Amino acid sequence: MIFVTVGHSMPFDRMVRLVDAWAGKTGRTDLFAQIGDADYEPANFPSTRFLTPAEYERHLIECDAIIAHAGTGTILQALYLGKPMLALTRLASLGEATSDHQLGTARYFAEQGQIMVATENEEFSRALGTFEFFQPRSLTGKEASPQLIDRIRRFLIDEERT
Amino acid sequence: MGAQAMTGTRKKVLAVSSGGGHWIELLRIMPAFEDCDVIYATVRNDYRADVPGAAFFVVNHADRRHVVKTLLLAFRVLFLVLRLRPDIVVSAGAAPGYFALRFGKMIGARTIWLDSLANVDDLSKSGHMVRRYADLWLTQWPQLAGPGGPEYAGKVI
Repeated sequence: MIFVTVGHSMPFDRMVRLVDAWAGKTGRTDLFAQIGDADYEPANFPSTRFLTPAEYERHLIECDAIIAHAGTGTILQALYLGKPMLALTRLASLGEATSDHQLGTARYFAEQGQIMVATENEEFSRALGTFEFFQPRSLTGKEASPQLIDRIRRFLIDEERT
Repeated sequence: MGAQAMTGTRKKVLAVSSGGGHWIELLRIMPAFEDCDVIYATVRNDYRADVPGAAFFVVNHADRRHVVKTLLLAFRVLFLVLRLRPDIVVSAGAAPGYFALRFGKMIGARTIWLDSLANVDDLSKSGHMVRRYADLWLTQWPQLAGPGGPEYAGKVI
């Protein structure tokens, strides 16, 4: 099962359309999508607009692979579970986000070998054929880096002294 | 009241964020506050399940494009800060955190801002705006840190 998610903030019809077209062409029906407040509903697999965090987590846990927008929250959750993930970045020029900030984050995680990323439609459609075989370098633990935790602890201790 | 009043040493922490990545990133730094009494304020009621047993408040979502919602959010956060009187305010963004740090500073709280991992090329808008209200002002990208800028001390991963 592939879990498709656009996150909670804005719809992402471009991505859902591309995945739907791919599913139609390849005969895939083993997908489920969370599409937000979308204008476009996929024809080849079931979808829902929103999921509670608990439902969302269940889908992430039960799926074999994830297709998503390049939101930091979605990426972090997918990585923690070690599932292959293909992310399409939202583009401000297409009205999909208020800025192109997803490009930088996505590039970073792709360079770390943790997700596959596409920005353009063609690149994305091509990657749909292979991303399920992608083996991510997974993330361990649910905590921030020890360095960051220590820095905040140090700040709290310094506050006590002053 | 509660633990803080009894021991007199436990710090009261107000942890604030908007939804999605901001909330996830905030949760990842919360182990730093294990000796504190933590109160959460965020934008979705169903996030409550992520912090079982913790004090939890919901404020409305808003961004700069919606003036009325933003004003409403500001009042709600102000009310919370005045009512809770936290010693520490911490946020990973965005608008709710900005207001929480700003009003927290007003009542003498010490404040921590962690700019989201999502902001690689520049700090977030709220991250810039919060600068003079943040006692600890952190970015997760070393290239954005520097003298006069935020500090880099690692990432939430």
